[in-house]
Amino acid sequence: MAKEKVITAHELTKRFGDFIAVNKITFDVEKGEIFGFLGANGAGKTTAMRMLCGLLLPTSGQASVAGFDVFKQTEQIKKSIGYMSQKFSLYEDLTVAENIRFYGGIYGLSDARIKEKSSLLIKQLHLDGQEKTLVRALPLGWKQKLAFSIAIVHDPAIVFLDEPTGGVDPVARREFWGLIYEASARGITIFVTTHYMDEAEYCNRVSVMVDGRIDAMDSPANLMKDYSAGSMDEVFLQLARKAVRTGD
Amino acid sequence: MQPVVVENIVQNYRTKKTVVEALKGISFTVDRGEIFGIIGPDGAGKTSLFRILTTLLLAESGKATVDGFDVVTDYKQIRNRIGYMPGRFSLYQDLSVEENLQFFATIFNTTIHQNYDLIKDIYQQIEPFKDRKAGALSGGMKQKLALCCALIHKPSVLFLDEPTTGVDAVSRKEFWEMLHRLKLQGITILVSTAYMDEASLCNRVALIQKGELLSVDTPKNIISQFKKPLWAIRADEMYKLMNDITADTSVESCYPFGQYHHVVFKTQENRRQTLAEIAKKGNYTNVEIKPIEPNIEDCFMALMNN
Amino acid sequence: MKQFLIFVKKEWLHIWRDRRTLFILIWMPIVQIILYGFALTNEVKNSNIAIFDQSRDVASLAISDEIAASRYFNLVKNVYSYKDVGATFRQGKIRMAIIFPQNFRNDLLHTNSAQIQLIADASDPNTANTLTNYAESIVNDYQQSLNQNQQLPYTIKAQVRMLYNPELKGAYGFVPGIMALVLMLVCTMMTSIAIVREKEMGTMEVILVSPLKPFRIIIAKAVPYLFVSLVNIITILLLSVFVLGVPIVGSLWLLMAESTLFTITSLSLGILISNGAKTQQTAMFTSMMSLFLPTLLFSGFLFPIENMPIPLQVISNVVPSKWFYIIIKDIMIKGLGIGAVWEETLILVGMTAILLGISIYKFKIRLA
Repeated sequence: MAKEKVITAHELTKRFGDFIAVNKITFDVEKGEIFGFLGANGAGKTTAMRMLCGLLLPTSGQASVAGFDVFKQTEQIKKSIGYMSQKFSLYEDLTVAENIRFYGGIYGLSDARIKEKSSLLIKQLHLDGQEKTLVRALPLGWKQKLAFSIAIVHDPAIVFLDEPTGGVDPVARREFWGLIYEASARGITIFVTTHYMDEAEYCNRVSVMVDGRIDAMDSPANLMKDYSAGSMDEVFLQLARKAVRTGD
Repeated sequence: MQPVVVENIVQNYRTKKTVVEALKGISFTVDRGEIFGIIGPDGAGKTSLFRILTTLLLAESGKATVDGFDVVTDYKQIRNRIGYMPGRFSLYQDLSVEENLQFFATIFNTTIHQNYDLIKDIYQQIEPFKDRKAGALSGGMKQKLALCCALIHKPSVLFLDEPTTGVDAVSRKEFWEMLHRLKLQGITILVSTAYMDEASLCNRVALIQKGELLSVDTPKNIISQFKKPLWAIRADEMYKLMNDITADTSVESCYPFGQYHHVVFKTQENRRQTLAEIAKKGNYTNVEIKPIEPNIEDCFMALMNN
Repeated sequence: MKQFLIFVKKEWLHIWRDRRTLFILIWMPIVQIILYGFALTNEVKNSNIAIFDQSRDVASLAISDEIAASRYFNLVKNVYSYKDVGATFRQGKIRMAIIFPQNFRNDLLHTNSAQIQLIADASDPNTANTLTNYAESIVNDYQQSLNQNQQLPYTIKAQVRMLYNPELKGAYGFVPGIMALVLMLVCTMMTSIAIVREKEMGTMEVILVSPLKPFRIIIAKAVPYLFVSLVNIITILLLSVFVLGVPIVGSLWLLMAESTLFTITSLSLGILISNGAKTQQTAMFTSMMSLFLPTLLFSGFLFPIENMPIPLQVISNVVPSKWFYIIIKDIMIKGLGIGAVWEETLILVGMTAILLGISIYKFKIRLA
């Protein structure tokens, strides 16, 4: 029973002058999968992700996201995906409700739908009574959960998470992953990059980028077996130690 | 005389509308020559604590001494003798590696040569880049340079505030190896981090959450104080499994820990049977159940929930 | 369209929620209109003048009365010798002197013509021009009144002499002003930014936790800008002399010394600003708002201070560049020496001492 593929990439490459940031990566992601995209700083993760989000044109190769081509249909891609990153998520000087309304509007949801989603979200995140609170005043864990929920407010096919969990407390981090699980169960595909190797273990499959190439790709359990490692951390260390590039 | 003594430190941040209690009465001591870790998430109060101990911030109440000197009245002496590496490794981005080191050596009335053997192991790794501007270094290299700058005057106590945050996994590991070598030279090291796994690399740790200390002890002791049995379970469909387990009234907590869920029951009895039943009822496939030893994170979360 | 509108709404919320900036955006134009509406006028009034009346006859006294009564002029003193006239100019007390020759009325009656001498301080050429024109028109009015019932008309000719700047070159007026502006800007803004940048980048934390005394940190920050400013001063002077044709009449060394003093004053101000500012943006903004505009307006080189309402004149006394402008003009254009400018110099020294004192006292040895 072949599952629908929401991301396909074949020898996707990005060159900046002489520098090959992403070197012929080939992989695919199935619908509803939680796919971990790992790699050290400078390995090419961010560049690869930008190409998949339709933000950067590849130099060569092929890829499609949610059925749309990354070369010719970037606008449609942008409409079908959600995005959340650690560096930016929400507007700190707007309230919870205003952020929801803003992003809902930007994603093209109707007023009725925004209202519906808004109350659903608030209930789900236990933010009842906090609609008028400025995001700035929320604890970090809540901000993260809210940012994620807003990133999928328009029920996209795929959501891209760029290092979404910072230094929040372990419980909050798990609640966050609970939301991710729940979205995945609903059929939303999750494409996440992270520094935290134990989070890599939440994923159905992970890929590890080294020096612009994908050097390993499999389920965490299989990778740990293949590399005789007790944790994804050890797998990663073995792979990353071979890296030549140490850029930022 | 112990290098760091903290007694009932309280710190509040006041804005127009609210008061945030950053530190709610923290007390602990650090022994000479140990690596003491302050482990806690963002907002726990780690940076406030460090700033108070390095005399950059005045606590609202309480007392603290570093090498016997009071952080409020004797701040000048403390500033002359400690090494400090704040978050974001404060380096001069437009000065080269060597210029940065020279600067910090000079303001501490010493030279690079005088204490070179202390930083040799670390500096040798970045020496090939000594003319490169600090801003052009990778995270791991900045970390090493910042550490050298903090050590160059052979401080008696080293304060490192989240030195491994935002740095790749390989550099993180190398950094802790460097710290252990420094410890052998007799330097007392106070290091804060949000990475729970780094706790096991310290001699003793203080677990901190929302301005309060959950525990101060060796990692081994903290783990041995986790009384309840801990179970790990996995199956296909982890999300549904987690919900099913949490719904069971005998379960105290069930948290995802990557490939397995960690389950803690409310009582001490052997609960493998309960888990097996839940798995059977939900028709899960590829079920695996095993007892495990808790790690620091399990302990932290259990202490948090108390 | 809906997406566009929601974006607009969001931007509005950002502005509305930043109360401080909003306050400035709304109030600043109001304050400026009121302030500058009153302060800024090229119209010359209440200019200080002196009269040297060698005749003291009906005619000269009549003209003197008219002039003294006019709102353009403020008769500061009557002088009784040419030497006095020179001295009064050197002291910077007057902008113009009116000199009636001996036998003024007699000359008029017997020869139907007489002369009046107008000597104006042309270091500010525009004002000098305006003042002499006003004086001449008053004299003409008197002449007209005399001629009403006359067969042969009387003519009273005004002989105008422009002191210091006979060709009325505009550059004479603004070079000193530009010097004051440039030094103020470079020193103050750049020093304050340099100190605040250290805070912003986080390196301030590290150097505070070191044996380095805070006092030395401040001075070390200011010293490079002292040198940069000296280079600026020399450049401006070279350009003024060789390109614009503005001479340096007085002592070059005194000029450099006073400029250095003013540089230090500006640096001290920069340090003071840096104490309060948390970000470079604030530092820059504060420097601009509190220094650039007041310097421009209250130093006196664009708009004469005596034309402003009294409250603003009082305010101008706290602006260091006002005093510097006087010093520079006196030395460069009028060729005066330390004897003429010692009071202003002392004021600058006092300001510097106070500013430095406060800055060092308030320098934060802790982060909060």
